[in-house]
Amino acid sequence: MHKKSHLEQVLSDGKFTITVEVGPPKGSDPDKIRQKGEILKKCADAFNVTDNQTAVVRMSSMASCFILQKMNLEPIMQITCRDRNRIALQSDILGASAIGIKNILCLTGDHQSLGNHPESKGVYDIDSIQLIKIIKNMRDNGIFQNNDKIVYGKPDIFIGAVANPFADPFEYRVDRLEKKVEAGVNFIQTQSVFNLDKFKTWIDEVRSRGIDKKVYILAGTSPLKSLKMTNRMKYHVPGVDIPGYIIKRMEKAKDPQKEGFNIALELINEIKKIKGIHGIHITALFWENIIPSLFKEAGFLPRS
Amino acid sequence: MIITKQKSINQLLNSIGEGPVFIIGCNECATICQTGGEKEILEMKSILNNKGIEVSGWTILEPACHLLNDKRILRNYKNDINKSKNILVLACGNGIQTISEIFEDINIVPGTDTLFLGEIKHSNEFEKRCEMCGFCIVDLFDGLCPISRCPKNMLNGPCGGSTDGKCEVNKDIPCIWYIIFDRLIEKGQIDQLKEIQNPKDWSKSTKWRRFI
Repeated sequence: MHKKSHLEQVLSDGKFTITVEVGPPKGSDPDKIRQKGEILKKCADAFNVTDNQTAVVRMSSMASCFILQKMNLEPIMQITCRDRNRIALQSDILGASAIGIKNILCLTGDHQSLGNHPESKGVYDIDSIQLIKIIKNMRDNGIFQNNDKIVYGKPDIFIGAVANPFADPFEYRVDRLEKKVEAGVNFIQTQSVFNLDKFKTWIDEVRSRGIDKKVYILAGTSPLKSLKMTNRMKYHVPGVDIPGYIIKRMEKAKDPQKEGFNIALELINEIKKIKGIHGIHITALFWENIIPSLFKEAGFLPRS
Repeated sequence: MIITKQKSINQLLNSIGEGPVFIIGCNECATICQTGGEKEILEMKSILNNKGIEVSGWTILEPACHLLNDKRILRNYKNDINKSKNILVLACGNGIQTISEIFEDINIVPGTDTLFLGEIKHSNEFEKRCEMCGFCIVDLFDGLCPISRCPKNMLNGPCGGSTDGKCEVNKDIPCIWYIIFDRLIEKGQIDQLKEIQNPKDWSKSTKWRRFI
């Protein structure tokens, strides 16, 4: 019997949904993840926990999710195909479900050569679309990737994935989203939106194909904390598209933090108006404590 | 072709330790890669001599991966090889191991690092083309292989990291998915990419000890 996660419930109720990223610490101290949870706990409907994001070693996503759950926060466990083969991935899906994790977001993963262990060997046995299909088959058909039957309990997972409307080839981006939908994805979080025009072009195509009726789409946002961070995102984070006018605003700003806050708020207010968008996913890299005031201004608080 | 690059001299000197050394090259891939042809062997001989290491002799196999042929050729160098402490092999990982199979009592020193199965683009410019996965599916991708040419081995690519048609991993390398996309658009066959490709059957891979 399918029991909806809180995230699925909020989305299916048609409410504008908020998810927030919580990056696990570089260490084993559970208080670090609790502190972030404490800052953000009233700000979001669910909390993305990254899986060794940008290929930098951190506390495991599943363990961090478990800690957040103990605080009554609902996690979205991110899982990448970079570090595990299909055996380990399916095993983690079962384990996550067993400890009560209900939302899993599938990614292929940032390449290990970009992280802090560039000497490591990547796995990439399967890609994110194949992972979505595997989880769907585990959940709906009770079978593993090899068609063996799942014997003791099918994982009841609300399946997420990402979409990057700004990557190349741009013309293919909606096709790829459609492939994820066909594979069985339930919700999508997009790459952070800075280039609104490009994003609108993408969502228009999404809507014209009716994809927004088949999958919930949350638009990504990231408040820019400084010019340094802006440049780092533009030039070093794969797939991020920050238009020149935003860079200029950050360059000219007397108080870059305030300007970053304003830009984020303006973008959020624009995104809220876009048809076919079901919510916002916010990634505040090392700036989590800005989120409560940003969301207050955006009218997202309080969240039940 | 099997692409190799020569190990650094310091690394080789470290592995060799002391002479005499017998040097073996290969007349095929390693010759074309300029890692194990006559020119490279003679250069290596002179470097070793300058370091005070005696070179007992040298030969070029035709090619080094041919066991029976190797045995036939190397019979002529029996005395030189028997008095050597090391055999330095300037061939690919396969050639090196064929030599190891023939000489069990002499130290075998690999003189190259074997990189990939690739294409000769220009003189001394090579690019990986095949992963030797054991089950070719390039018909699905207009004759191009995303397993060997996408760093994430994606079958349902491209990932979200490609920008300006370049790969997330190296901005000098074009994203192979971008090229596949362009070519299929050109041919009016882009719908081919809409089909979900299932996980690859790696049991067909030649990665394990297989033989035919």
